Amino acid sequence: MNALKKLFGGNTRQFGMIFALVALIVFFEIFTEGRTLTSGNVINLFNGNSYILILAIGMVLVIIAGHIDLSVGSVAAFVGVCVSLFIRDWGLPWYIGVLMGLGLGVLIGAWQGFWVAYVGIPAFIVTLSGMLIFRGANQFVGKSNTIPVPADFQYIGSGYLAEFGPKTGYNNPTMLIGLLAVAFVIFSEIRSRRNAKKLGAEVPETWVMVLKLVLVCGAILYATYLFATGRPGTSFPVPGLILAVLIIVYGFISSKTVIGRHIYAVGGNRHAAELSGVQSKKVNFLVMMNMSFLAGLAGMIFVGRSTASGPFDGVGWELDAIAAVFIGGAAVTGGVGTVIGSIIGGLVMAVLNNGLQLLGVGADLTQIIKGLVLLIAVAFDVYNKTQGKKSIVGMLMKNFGRSSEIKADETTQTKEVISRGI
Amino acid sequence: MTSLNTHSDPLILEMRSITKEFPGVKALADVSLRVKAGEIHAICGENGAGKSTLMKVLSGVYPYGTYSGDIVYQNEVQEFKDIRASEHAGIVIIHQELALIPELSIMENIFLGNEPTKRGVIDWAEARTRSTELLARVGLREDPETPIKEIGVGKQQLVEIAKALNKSVKLLILDEPTAALNESDSQHLLDLMLGLKGRGITSIIISHKLNEIEQIADEITIIRDGKSIETLNVKADGVDEDRIIKGMVGRTLESRFPDHEPKIGEVLFEVKNWNVGHPQIQDRLVCKNSSFFVRRGEIVGFAGLMGAGRTELARSVFGRSYGRFISGHVYKDGKELQLKNVRQAIDAGLGYVTEDRKSLGLNLLDDIKATTVSANLRKISKNFVVDANKEYAVAEEYRKSLRTKTPSVEEGVAKLSGGNQQKVVLAKWMFTDPDVLILDEPTRGIDVGAKYEIYGIIQKLANEGKAVIVISSELPELLGLSDRIYTIFEGAITGVLNKDEASQESLMKLMTSARKTA
Repeated sequence: MNALKKLFGGNTRQFGMIFALVALIVFFEIFTEGRTLTSGNVINLFNGNSYILILAIGMVLVIIAGHIDLSVGSVAAFVGVCVSLFIRDWGLPWYIGVLMGLGLGVLIGAWQGFWVAYVGIPAFIVTLSGMLIFRGANQFVGKSNTIPVPADFQYIGSGYLAEFGPKTGYNNPTMLIGLLAVAFVIFSEIRSRRNAKKLGAEVPETWVMVLKLVLVCGAILYATYLFATGRPGTSFPVPGLILAVLIIVYGFISSKTVIGRHIYAVGGNRHAAELSGVQSKKVNFLVMMNMSFLAGLAGMIFVGRSTASGPFDGVGWELDAIAAVFIGGAAVTGGVGTVIGSIIGGLVMAVLNNGLQLLGVGADLTQIIKGLVLLIAVAFDVYNKTQGKKSIVGMLMKNFGRSSEIKADETTQTKEVISRGI
Repeated sequence: MTSLNTHSDPLILEMRSITKEFPGVKALADVSLRVKAGEIHAICGENGAGKSTLMKVLSGVYPYGTYSGDIVYQNEVQEFKDIRASEHAGIVIIHQELALIPELSIMENIFLGNEPTKRGVIDWAEARTRSTELLARVGLREDPETPIKEIGVGKQQLVEIAKALNKSVKLLILDEPTAALNESDSQHLLDLMLGLKGRGITSIIISHKLNEIEQIADEITIIRDGKSIETLNVKADGVDEDRIIKGMVGRTLESRFPDHEPKIGEVLFEVKNWNVGHPQIQDRLVCKNSSFFVRRGEIVGFAGLMGAGRTELARSVFGRSYGRFISGHVYKDGKELQLKNVRQAIDAGLGYVTEDRKSLGLNLLDDIKATTVSANLRKISKNFVVDANKEYAVAEEYRKSLRTKTPSVEEGVAKLSGGNQQKVVLAKWMFTDPDVLILDEPTRGIDVGAKYEIYGIIQKLANEGKAVIVISSELPELLGLSDRIYTIFEGAITGVLNKDEASQESLMKLMTSARKTA
């Protein structure tokens, strides 16, 4: 167990989720008699969940900053219907439609961000209102009709990469992406190890690194094989590609850039961040704006996949996205969470959904099981809670355990408590 | 003594050798308190001496069994298990932060948890009659149905007392009752206390305002470092403010200081006529026309009792991060600065190490290296991308130079001891390379050895030509560290003393009274 943890670094939670994901896949692969890991099913899984995973990327940033966004489903639906109308009624080409959709997402986000950051209304309220406003707006402008989109727009929601090069029997672009990914993983692992060594930081043994690389690259190559060997004309799906690009970009932003640091700082301790010169209002504004931007994108991908925009698009998406983020290890109180963790959390939910469907379990039982998984995942986190990370249960228990908290805490804090009291 | 006094001066309360320990700290050691029935008894002591802890023991906030010693109240040993139990016995404590619900009316607050009922339904007619009566007794002319949020703090204080009277209080405890009141409200409250005394209600008052204590108290018990030092009879012993101060500070210097030869240069930082309003309460000033300056290489202390406005002054200067800015000027190197937010203040070369490390100074989820660079990310980033290698190198450098005890800079700051956390916070501000560094309670909750190291760091920063401001509640610390000390009382600067003319007595006098000479 410890060796495995060393393998993936990271925290217990993230490791636990990767482990759970693999276990789930193996479980369903056995019980569906091999129907889980087929090209068709895996492609389907990505196509059918990419928009939730895209929302989870935005949502984790919102939750890290200490907020929540309930409006994403409605915003996605509103942007979807508007873009469908732009293309159908104004005769705009599909790519202009996409750009306008993204712009509309930014505008909606600016609206919500303004209320949250500069007026100081809790995001829960602002986005609850947004949920109503944009659902209503979707049905108003679309007159509650379904509005079809042209085939070239459908490419972003259900398209495949074009075949090129020699006839290999595999889908060449998919193979290329897979090989590039493997090369990147190996390169970055070696580089970060070299840097860590140069600085004199502790590095894991060589065998750990090699084993880790073998496992990760093996997984990537196996996925590549599945995607590249689907029925002719299919490949790694376009929404999956968009998702992959977003994961890389937002993963980088959240962990490596100044603004990323600021998001964690504001969510971890807003006052301390402000007294360190972080402009928390700006951070909150950007985070909320970005969420609606991604919701707009997710909405367009969904419309592309379902070939038409409808009045009930995106109902309940906010809950799926929020669940993915919390399963992926974020804390309700903010300051904790990762993009990659949320994606894994989203995949756990997606695999569960898909596997239960293949097994013929009804939607009723599926919901019950998903609900229990969310609860157990967070309970697992609370149980494993190490340093000051707060979670739902911890928050609920806070008012009941005050005295024991003081006793358990270290001396210095007690001293502070005493002197403050006087 | 007890038996002798029973007739002439019966004791209502005797606390016998109370000892209360928190993990690692003895908050109260063998404290005794004897309060005679029908008197006003004052408890005096420095910040952190143990006054509030003692009152919490008495009122059952710390229940029987968590302390040792006996509470004898009305000739019986009491074993209060919570506040309800002590209130039932007639002991009511009114805390500094009032426990009223702003949205409810005066009447509803008075009867909260104690509602008069008729067959299980609240009898509002009865409540109204009784609250009118109670308000008359405390001299508050307000309709009992006025919401609490619509009346001022002074009147709220009176409602608290009315609430206590409704519980047929025999022993009333007031913790800093006048700290938030203006002069006329304070006077009214003090008169009311004398009135209650006339009706046979015993009061215990905790206050930093020694003039008020001198005015109304019959006896004074002084607590210092968790021990009861002495009990003075105001009239018989001819007690005045100086006498009380002597009792409060009369201890030898505990902490030692590294040797330091100050190299003081010209004036580097100056604040003039600084006025700041309270963030919530209109018309209340937290800084009143304050002016001060700090020279290059100088360590300037700010002394004042808790709530005097030291932190408020520092934070409002530091990019207006507290209160409503009203007027004033800030100069550095003779040039006026406009510091409208914290970012501008940091960019202008100011640094502020917060008083409360855990809630204001640190993100406890972060590790040491992220904390060290958090106030100056720009310096280690290129195109908004943080260079993780530089981050590590910077954190390592400070870990070594400040001798922070930690397995690695990747350790979470939450796991460090208070002293090491403070070193990380200092590193964070040293990395912003400020010219003016304000340190608010830099050694609170830190053990003696780490204090010595922190003092060394502070002196080193001053020697580098920085202007250093130290805010501290510990007078020996200010006396040992500072080259010059300003005193603050109720938001105003009441004096400034050079190192050689300052003593605990002279500082305490300036800290507890408005400026006497202009």
